[in-house]
Amino acid sequence: MRGILLAGLPFTVLSLALAAPAAADETPSPSPSSTVSTAGTSFLTATGVEPGQPVRVAGSTGDYLYWSFDAAAGETDRLAFTITLPPSGSRHGPATWTVDVFDGLRRRQACVAGSQTATAATRDAAVKLHCLLRQVRSWADPWSDEPLPGTYYVRLSATGLPEQDLGLAIRTDLAITAHKGDPQPDNANLKAPLSPAVDPGTTVAPQAAAPSSGPSSDPSSDPSSEAGPLERASSWFSWPSSRWWWTIGGGVLAAAMGVAGYSLTRHPRRWFSGR
Amino acid sequence: MIIRHGPKIGFLVGILAVLATLSAPPASAGDSSDQEAPKVELVLDSSGSMRATDIDGRSRMSVAQESFGAVVDALPEETQLGIRVLGSRVSASSSQALGCRDTQQISPVGPVDKVRAKAAIARLRPTGWTPIGLALRGAAADLGTGETTRRIVLITDGEDTCGVPGPCDVARELAARGTHLVVDTLGLTLDDKVRRQLTCIADATGGTYTAVQHQAELTSRLNQLVHRAHDTYRRTPRQVGGSDRCANAPILTPGVYTDRERFAEHRWYRVAVSPGQELRASVSVALDRSLNPDYGVLLRAVSSSGQEMVRGTDAGSGRTDVLSTGLRWSDQQPSASPEPSASSATDGSGTGLVCLVVSNSFSIPAGVRTTPGMPLELTVGVVPSSPTPGGPSLGRGWLLLLVLAGAGLLGGLVTGWLARWRIAIWKDN
Repeated sequence: MRGILLAGLPFTVLSLALAAPAAADETPSPSPSSTVSTAGTSFLTATGVEPGQPVRVAGSTGDYLYWSFDAAAGETDRLAFTITLPPSGSRHGPATWTVDVFDGLRRRQACVAGSQTATAATRDAAVKLHCLLRQVRSWADPWSDEPLPGTYYVRLSATGLPEQDLGLAIRTDLAITAHKGDPQPDNANLKAPLSPAVDPGTTVAPQAAAPSSGPSSDPSSDPSSEAGPLERASSWFSWPSSRWWWTIGGGVLAAAMGVAGYSLTRHPRRWFSGR
Repeated sequence: MIIRHGPKIGFLVGILAVLATLSAPPASAGDSSDQEAPKVELVLDSSGSMRATDIDGRSRMSVAQESFGAVVDALPEETQLGIRVLGSRVSASSSQALGCRDTQQISPVGPVDKVRAKAAIARLRPTGWTPIGLALRGAAADLGTGETTRRIVLITDGEDTCGVPGPCDVARELAARGTHLVVDTLGLTLDDKVRRQLTCIADATGGTYTAVQHQAELTSRLNQLVHRAHDTYRRTPRQVGGSDRCANAPILTPGVYTDRERFAEHRWYRVAVSPGQELRASVSVALDRSLNPDYGVLLRAVSSSGQEMVRGTDAGSGRTDVLSTGLRWSDQQPSASPEPSASSATDGSGTGLVCLVVSNSFSIPAGVRTTPGMPLELTVGVVPSSPTPGGPSLGRGWLLLLVLAGAGLLGGLVTGWLARWRIAIWKDN
């Protein structure tokens, strides 16, 4: 009986470890129901959207529409656009629509999957765009343009269309979904999220150039920073790193296997006679 | 059960409170009392052509008047709205010299007296010429200068009939003056010339163009534009003049700046960065005129001694509004580097000046004006730098579990056999 209990322990640990990553892949993103009905027209005026929040904006063909959202380390974000086009009778030719994504430093971010650009034929009533972004990393070299925690900008534009079709009414639906995951690399973090400055700056005289704030300065006290996003995508499994859980689980499993191995050699009849 | 739910509800309320405080700062930033109210001026064409009855079977003028009334009714409390008309007094049959000066403000920019404003709109009768350029200048003067973005909403059904000043040139001139001015245009006809003129005005100022075909469209679009002035109400970037080389470039602190860059020009700026700090900069160049289809922008961080340290670049082709790029840079090894690269201009405190240089590879077709330069927006941030992480000290994954379990099992078996062997020896003895 004790042997069965002991033999069962490793499987409990295993199933625990199995269940946890599955839980980490869920999307427990906040789903505020209020629909966003505005869009900005530049980086500075981009309308903030939370992942999961529906967006429906009426606009004109040729408008450049900007939204921004905050992403935490470990997140993988997906954008889905549906653009309802003007009636085909009033259009003069095919139109190409593009979604561009930029990080907080206005650096172009790659879409790893999905149709970032789509061309609508004159008879099409709507056009769909998708963009799956790379997983947000918790740290990256300053020289790389890897996705980092902070603000992301989304721009929707008509990049190619007959000039006569400018100004016609369209309707845009946008859905942003965020999938949380384990941030990489593990034990690193970005001291300040890539949240852009929004307030006007000031120039200083050359002799007064020494910045008053040292490395220990609080980034949140910086007058020119937008509110930062969460530090990391937080799931219970990733405290402070999932490596802890794997290692602890492995230790328990090893101990259990040790006891099982010991009892196997000491009392082999309990294992093989079925009693 | 209810008692057991108590803590959960409390927890949820706590989360909501945290979310509320998280989302609060941007909103409160707009509410601070030292900031100006958002300012918008509606500019309505009241020229003779507005009599045409082609929008839902009604005259363009009556449609515009009704939409204006609806917009004034739905005006956000804080927004200051002015109304200017053009071609409302001098009849089209009078001389061009007279007709092309015909623009007047019928409601000043300020807190709106809704009844008076609506009455003034209702009295308008379409009569005269279409001096759009002059009206834009007048509207810009009405809005004045200040910290917030100024928005002009131009509603017209015809191209400028006066020619001088050209509306598109006026728009570019106003945009280059430093006050952040955006002109949104609404065309009440699908005429090709009108559309080209209005898109030119909108592109020059970063505004939008809409072709209106129905009453409902006009009302909703006008409301959207007026509310956009309210919602996206931000302080305008500081104007700065970059220099032609690093040594005399202006020194910038964190914040947003605006400048103009001509074709094939390099603009230099400097930022003070201490060891242990990270410089973050981004730049956007707006395409405010018709350009050749392929283009690029380059932002480089250069040390005082002329060494390039990092660059951000982006290129594109086809229709777009701005081209942007950005960079991060931090002095990773402040003491290890034998020759101080960025800190060559140190003044004892270890602070170095990093030069930022913006260049572009835009080109224009023949006949397009090169001055003023294209609008350039620069954001600068200085934050604590993030150290390079060390390698992981713990394990993860199924292989790890397998290895540990195998090692445990082996350990147990060996211990067990050792024990059996010892017992056997002890029994023998």
